[in-house]
Amino acid sequence: MAFNSIAEFIAMGGHAPYVWSSWGLTLFLLVALVWHARFERRQLINSLRRRERRERAREQQNAAQAPLQTVVEGGQHDT
Amino acid sequence: MWAFIHKLGSPKWFYGISAKLEPWFWVAAALLIVAGTVWGLAFAPADYQQGNSFRIIYVHVPAAFLAQSIFVSMAVAGLVFMVWKIKVADMAAAVMAPLGAAMTFVSLFSGAVWGVPTWGTWWMWDARLTSMLILLFLYLGVIALRGAFTSRDSASRAASVLAMVGVINIPIIKYSVDWWYTLHQPASFTMTSRPAMPTEMWLPLLIMVLGFYSFFIALTLMRTRNEILRRESNKRWVRELVQEA
Amino acid sequence: MLQETTEVAPRLKEPGEGLALALTATLKRDLVLMLRRRGEVLNPLVFFALVITLFPVGISPDPDLLALIAPGLLWVAALLAALLSLDSLFRSDFDDGSLEQLLLAPQPLAALTLAKVAVHWLLTGLPLALMAPILGIMLALPAGSYLVLAVSLALGSATLSLIGAIGAALTVGLARGGVLLSLLVLPLYIPVLIFGAGAVQAAIAGDSVSAHLAILGALLAAALMLAPWAIAASLRISING
Repeated sequence: MAFNSIAEFIAMGGHAPYVWSSWGLTLFLLVALVWHARFERRQLINSLRRRERRERAREQQNAAQAPLQTVVEGGQHDT
Repeated sequence: MWAFIHKLGSPKWFYGISAKLEPWFWVAAALLIVAGTVWGLAFAPADYQQGNSFRIIYVHVPAAFLAQSIFVSMAVAGLVFMVWKIKVADMAAAVMAPLGAAMTFVSLFSGAVWGVPTWGTWWMWDARLTSMLILLFLYLGVIALRGAFTSRDSASRAASVLAMVGVINIPIIKYSVDWWYTLHQPASFTMTSRPAMPTEMWLPLLIMVLGFYSFFIALTLMRTRNEILRRESNKRWVRELVQEA
Repeated sequence: MLQETTEVAPRLKEPGEGLALALTATLKRDLVLMLRRRGEVLNPLVFFALVITLFPVGISPDPDLLALIAPGLLWVAALLAALLSLDSLFRSDFDDGSLEQLLLAPQPLAALTLAKVAVHWLLTGLPLALMAPILGIMLALPAGSYLVLAVSLALGSATLSLIGAIGAALTVGLARGGVLLSLLVLPLYIPVLIFGAGAVQAAIAGDSVSAHLAILGALLAAALMLAPWAIAASLRISING
């Protein structure tokens, strides 16, 4: 141990602002990068899932509407 | 060997294998960085000249190493993409660029902060700091160029070419800046190169460097997998994977 | 149609002579085109003179101070002037489609781009180098360094043209490539600036300048060897993208 007490450790022999600011920024950036990657992943999976659901819903809708549409088109041809 | 490279080129295969490797690198990164932090901050002895401000070395040097290595890896990935048309290589290059820029910024910031107790000023046109600053501009150029194209394929190829041009220039820039600095400030005090650092000082440094490299690999794997999901979102295997998850 | 292509193909694939012909044709065409737009050739020179005028106004008219910083100022201003002219290097050819013709030519694209870069240097770098001593007088540049200034600028600006052409080729397809171009190219200009300005400073100090000029020459040789391939690849990306 290079320090005798917690207070001495925090004071860093008078160099506290320099040591703690550079360590703080570095560790903050590392954590932020990990957080960003995880956030990106969650967003991506959510949006992909939403799209999947939307497309399936549209397919079902199309299947349900298919006979109806031909009837409507047939009706338009008559007029 | 060739079969392996071609397999690596398949996004699906890469997605699977990197999912298995990723946790190991995260664990290694976390353990090494925590160990290096505790050792470097609390247990390593203070420097006889610089006192405790010397402890900035444990973030400054790993970040600087990573900043340079990431640029080289990016250029290698660009070369692989241009020669073998392996898309995964380009995805990796795309996610490496912001990380490299962040690491360059960290090394610049910690270098500038370190300058206050050692030189008495926030900024010196020191050879290392100057070439780091130029490296930051090179990273910003690659990122900006990739963002400027509307077609993804053009963006990838343009960024690959620029990364390769940059990596050829990095040693030239480094040596010319060193030469320029020694001409203008002969034999001044450099922060990091010192004769015979004792073991209890450089061992935590080595641990931090290894930890930063593991972090780089883990984060690149993770973000490359994100990029695969984004670019391959119309493939059947991605759709099935998303439903399972 | 098929017959026509089989007839034409052998004639296009003439070795040696075909390349020389294409090179001189490209050189001549670019020279004529550039000389017709005299404004574009003169603009960098005017810019150079203007920037040099700004410094005494902005800093101090004191000749001693100006003499001290003159080598760096002249080099930086010339470098920026050369940068300014880069955007138009491939722009008009890109707009009127002749760049695509260049890509389709059977001769290697790298060689043809070298001809275009040579014209750019002849009409930008060389005039800047010739003009620099005059501006040097205005900045009270110490005697004995004028020739070195011109020679180092002439050598260095050739490298600047080659490196800059890579950036110009990468950004020619983009709508607003101008600012991006300087971001891409300026960091790569630094070694040339260091040794170019260093040569002038060495001349002022009375040291030997041959080392500086030799390194500038080495940089040029390396750029001549590598840059054409990068320019050609970048042009292909910009055209096909």
